[in-house]
Amino acid sequence: MTDASMDSAPMKGRLTTVDARTKKRNAAEKRFKAYGIVAILIGIFFLVVLTVSILRSGIPAFTQAEMRLEFVLTQEEFDAAESQVLKTKAYEAIFINKLSTALTEKGISVDFNAAAIERLLGKPGSTIREYFRANPDQIGQPVTFSLPASSRVDGYFKGRISRDTVVDSRFFEATDLDLVDALADAGIIVRNFNWNFITGSDSGVDNPGGAGIGVSVIGSFFMMLVVLALSLPIGVAASIYLEEFAPQNWFTDLIEVNISNLAAVPSIVFGILGLAVFIQFMHLPQSAPLVGGLVLTLMTLPTIIISTRASLKAVPPSIREAALGVGASKMQTVFHHVLPLAAPGILTGTIIGLAQALGETAPLLLIGMVGFIARAYPEGVVSGFIDPNSAMPAQIYTWAARADAGFYEKAWGGIIILLIFLLTMNIIAIILRRRFERRW
Amino acid sequence: MYDIPHPTQETAVTDVKIKAKDVQVYYGDNHAIKDVSVEIENNTVTAFIGPSGCGKSTFLRCLNRMNDTIDICRVEGDILIDGDDIYDKRVDPVQLRAKVGMVFQKPNPFPKSIYDNIAYGPRIHGMARNKAELDDIVERALRRGAIWEEVKDRLQAPGTGLSGGQQQRLCIARAVATEPEVLLMDEPCSALDPIATAQVEELIDELRQNYAVVIVTHSMQQAARVSQKTAFFHLGNLVEYDDTSKIFTNPEDSRTESYITGRIG
Repeated sequence: MTDASMDSAPMKGRLTTVDARTKKRNAAEKRFKAYGIVAILIGIFFLVVLTVSILRSGIPAFTQAEMRLEFVLTQEEFDAAESQVLKTKAYEAIFINKLSTALTEKGISVDFNAAAIERLLGKPGSTIREYFRANPDQIGQPVTFSLPASSRVDGYFKGRISRDTVVDSRFFEATDLDLVDALADAGIIVRNFNWNFITGSDSGVDNPGGAGIGVSVIGSFFMMLVVLALSLPIGVAASIYLEEFAPQNWFTDLIEVNISNLAAVPSIVFGILGLAVFIQFMHLPQSAPLVGGLVLTLMTLPTIIISTRASLKAVPPSIREAALGVGASKMQTVFHHVLPLAAPGILTGTIIGLAQALGETAPLLLIGMVGFIARAYPEGVVSGFIDPNSAMPAQIYTWAARADAGFYEKAWGGIIILLIFLLTMNIIAIILRRRFERRW
Repeated sequence: MYDIPHPTQETAVTDVKIKAKDVQVYYGDNHAIKDVSVEIENNTVTAFIGPSGCGKSTFLRCLNRMNDTIDICRVEGDILIDGDDIYDKRVDPVQLRAKVGMVFQKPNPFPKSIYDNIAYGPRIHGMARNKAELDDIVERALRRGAIWEEVKDRLQAPGTGLSGGQQQRLCIARAVATEPEVLLMDEPCSALDPIATAQVEELIDELRQNYAVVIVTHSMQQAARVSQKTAFFHLGNLVEYDDTSKIFTNPEDSRTESYITGRIG
C-alpha cells in the first residue's frame, strides 16, 4: 500500500511545478547535449590547428626567391665562350660580368666573387649555355634569365635563416647576406610565385628550390586511372552478384567475411603482396604507376564492394517486387531498376575509395615509387603507365626524408596540393550524391 | 450481418482458371501452408481472408512464383493455370509473371515517369513494335486502371509524385499493361484512405470482366463488397472456400463464423 501511494505521489503535483524526477531527466538531457558540443568543439579545435599548421608551413613552398637578370649576349661573347675548354665556367664569368654591370648601372657597389655567386645560385653557367645553344637566334637580343636562388637564400627571405643564425660553411657565409640584400635592393633577387613547384619535377637532394610536384601528380593520375578502370567494374560486378544473385550458403558467407576482413588489412600488406606478385613473379616494371595502380586496386576493392553492397541493400525490396511482378527477369530488375537507384551510393563509395587510394603511401614504399628522383614527364600514355614515376604522397614522403631544410616546406606544400585534390574529390562525391539522390 | 446487396454477387457459369492441389509451403522448417486445395474461377473476384500470419499472402505469392525469390521457401503440391503446372521445370517464372500480374500492398511505382511505369512491362516483353503502339498500350492500361483522366496531361511527371490512391491505381494499370490473364492483389487498399479504397474496389469489379482476380484482404467488409468467392485461411489451413454470400451469411465451419463475427483474429 505504501508503495502505491509513493508511486502516485509525484503525479499528484501541479503541472506548473516541476517535480524532482523531471528535473533530473532534464538535467541529464542538458548534460548530454553539453558533452556533444564539447566533443564537436574539440574536433573543430584540432581541425583548425591542423589546417593552420599545414598552411603556415606549406604556403612558403609556393614562393621562391629567384635572381632575375636581363642582359644581351653578343655573338663574339658566344663564340669566345664556346672556344674555351671549360665552357660553363666561361658563361659563368660572362654572367658575373653582366651582373656587376647591372649593379653599377643602378649605382650599387658591392663586392662579390664567383664563389659567392655559386653559393647563391648554384652554377648558372650551364643554364645560360644550354639556352643559347638551343636558341641561337636570341644571341644579340636582350634575354631575361630567372634563376632559382639557393635554399639558404630562399630561407633567408622566408625567415628560416637570419644573420644571427647563419653558420659559415661551404654552402653559405654570413657575408653573402650583404650581397643578397644588395641584390634584393637592386630588384635582381625577387620572391615570386613558384609555378615550378606545381608543374615541375623533383630535383636533386641539394636543390630544393627546383623541386616540383607536377611529375608525381601525373604519376598519381595514371595510378588512379588504373584503380578506377579495375576496381569500379570488378567491385560493382562482385557486389551485384553477391547481393542479388548468389545463393545464401556457407561459401558466400565466407566470401563476405573475407571481404570485410580485407578492408581492415593494413595497406603495407598489400604493398608486399604487390611486390611479390606483380614485380617479382609477373616481372612488371618497378616503380611504375601501373603496378602502383594494381596494388591500390586490391586495397580499394573491399571499400567499393562494401559501399556498393550497402547501397544495393538500401534499394527498397518493393521496387524489386514491382519489377519482378511485371515479368522482368532478375537481370532486368537489377540493371533497369536497382542499379540506377543505387548509383549515387556506388559513385560516392568509389570516389571515397579513390581518395583513400590517392593518399596511400605505405604500399608504394614497397614497390619502389619512393625515394628516387622523379625527374621526367612521361612521354605518352604508355610511358605514363610503365615508366618509373612517383606519386603525390610518395613524393611528399621523399621530401620529408631529405636533409635540406628547404625540402621540409616542400613536403608541407605538397600536402596542401594533395589535400586540394582530396577535397575536390570529396566535393564531387557530395555533389553527385545530391544530384542523383532520388526518393521513392 | 453482411447483407450488403451486390449486383454481381451471383456467380455465372465460369471455368476454372487456377487449380491448386495439396499445396504445402515451407519457410525453412516452418510449415506455412498446409494441404491447400482451391479452384479459382475465371472472371471472378476471389478473396482470401484470415487473421495475420494465416498464410493467405504466402499462398497468393505461390500463384506467380514470387516466393522463388526467397531462398528458404519451398513449395510442394500442384498449382495448375489453364492445366499447366506452374512449378514444372520447363516453366520460366518470368513468362509466368507476365501472365499473372501482381499488385502489392504498398503502392510501389518505379521512380520514373508515369508513362515509363506503364510502358516498362510491354517494353521488356516486346509487345509494341513502335512508339505509337506503345502509346496505345499505355493509354489502354491507364484507362483500365481508371486513372487516365487524372494523368493524361502529365504522363512525363514522376509516378512517385501521385497521391497514394492514384499510385495504387497506377500500379494496377502497370500490372494490366502486360495483358495478364490473372491479377493477384495483396491487400491493395491497406495503405489507402476510404475514398481511394472505394475507387480501387470499383476498379476491381470492372477488372473482373477480363481477368481472374485474386485479392488478399484484411477487411471482411471489403471481401464481402468486391468478391464472388471467398476463401478463409487460418494457421496455414484453408478452412472454408465458398461463395462469398454463403461464407458471410451461413459459414459451415465454426472458425469461419468466429472470425467473421470478430471473435478470433
